[in-house]
Amino acid sequence: MTGWRVAGGGGPVIPNYGKPSACIKHNGWFCTDWLTKHWGDTLQPALVQHIQLTLIAVGIGFAISFALALVGFRWRLFDGPFGGFTDLLYAIPSLALFQLLVPLTGLTVTTVEIALVSYTLFILYRTMIAGLRSVPAEVLESARGMGLTRLQTFFRVELPLAAPAILAGVRIATVATISIATVAAFLIQDGLGAPIFDAIETPDLFKTELLAAGGLAILLALTADVLLAFAQRRLTPWTRLR
Amino acid sequence: MPTEAAELVFEEATKVYPGRDDAAVDHLSLTVPAGEICVLVGPSGGGKTTALKLVNRLIPLTSGDIRIDGTSILRHDLTELRRSIGYVIQHVGLFPHMTVEGNVGTVPRLLGWERRRVRERVVELLELVGLDPEQDRRRFPAELSGGQRQRVGLARALAANPALMLMDEPFGAIDPIVRARLQDEFLRLQHEIRKTVVFVTHDVDEAIKVGDRIAILREGGRLAQYDTPQRILEHPVDEFVADFVGRDRALKALALRTLGELELSPAPGDGLPRLPAETSLRDALALLIAERRDALVVVGGDGSALGVVRREDLLA
Repeated sequence: MTGWRVAGGGGPVIPNYGKPSACIKHNGWFCTDWLTKHWGDTLQPALVQHIQLTLIAVGIGFAISFALALVGFRWRLFDGPFGGFTDLLYAIPSLALFQLLVPLTGLTVTTVEIALVSYTLFILYRTMIAGLRSVPAEVLESARGMGLTRLQTFFRVELPLAAPAILAGVRIATVATISIATVAAFLIQDGLGAPIFDAIETPDLFKTELLAAGGLAILLALTADVLLAFAQRRLTPWTRLR
Repeated sequence: MPTEAAELVFEEATKVYPGRDDAAVDHLSLTVPAGEICVLVGPSGGGKTTALKLVNRLIPLTSGDIRIDGTSILRHDLTELRRSIGYVIQHVGLFPHMTVEGNVGTVPRLLGWERRRVRERVVELLELVGLDPEQDRRRFPAELSGGQRQRVGLARALAANPALMLMDEPFGAIDPIVRARLQDEFLRLQHEIRKTVVFVTHDVDEAIKVGDRIAILREGGRLAQYDTPQRILEHPVDEFVADFVGRDRALKALALRTLGELELSPAPGDGLPRLPAETSLRDALALLIAERRDALVVVGGDGSALGVVRREDLLA
């Protein structure tokens, strides 16, 4: 498999996967024989790569956003520029961002991750700042009055109370990244985008592969959403009471 | 519980907010004796909350001084000062993400108490403020009523056994019936623990009910009168104080005294209405007016007649 995709290529109408079944010949929507045969060499590796791409992107994005949010929360002066910066990154179309980055970092996972991380910043930074600012004034006043230091107030009061918003941000960023990461296959043969591109590039559009890879991406996003929602409820039990 | 309390002295305490010409608190001087409740009351703009927050340095003094047991608040470490003073505010400000136990144990944990000691203290305090330690300990603030939250707030402020309590309109956001009950409970509690308390309210009736002494502040944060409730009602120093305490101040003053405090005449009281000795003069007068009578019989706890009081005696 090559990196850059060149349209056409003169291959067979349906990829030559050995002796094709009737289902594959008719380009059916759900050819189980193809699925069982290529789960191990195509779909499963793509799924694992997709999860890796997402985890790395959200992890790095979280770390950067958190650092920015600490500064933007503590010194309001920085909030505007930081917010504007993450807005701007988010506004760049992903394909354009790839084009900008390829001369610098090449057709690599790094390029893809830079793009994916950039998109998480917008969501994560905004939700972190909003969460930290949402702490009621009387709660802060009583914390100050009881003699909590600034650092204690942050770690014991502001951060835990911002947790629901931050976790909601992580949830949105994760689901969005799972979706955007399929575009990574534009550059590299990683993730569920790869089989989707494969399917699209077969002249007749290989429906089973498209459906399987696309379906897995959707399933992954939904699973991540449910798991994170569950984690959110477990970690912030007080939010369920209102 | 130890009954330690501190004497609090305001000495020419002044606060001028930056960019303002007028002072918010203007050369305030008064002494709150150890173990007494001093109520700061006055119209809005009187600087009562500012004066309160000067004490734990939530608002820094512009000039003058405030001393706790002789030591200037400026000579204390800020964090230690605040941890040593109980602080209760109108909207309580409980930490929503902590249980009742977590909230009440906040300051003891900051002070590095052992886990077991914190737990025991929490149980003791919840009992003290009339909550059920077993049931309520694990609850989150969102699961409590307004009155319960304020009790937790009070318990939290008392946690490290402070010698001084600052209470900023603690019952201001609570409906009148629950407020009256909380006031009664607070007074009963204070009778046991004898803290020095500075209590801010805008409600004159609450000030009269709660205060051992009342400081009336007028606009611009100037002290108009600092006296016992009785003396403020009976001898307001000027028109402002008289107006502020209200036209019914004579009746309010009657409410502060009971029949038992009067000199009774031993006359026979056949057929007269009978009232227990702990009835306030105000309620006694109300009864005489309602029943169109001139005198009543005061009875003791065992129901025996102690003597007779005439209407003129009530008003003397």
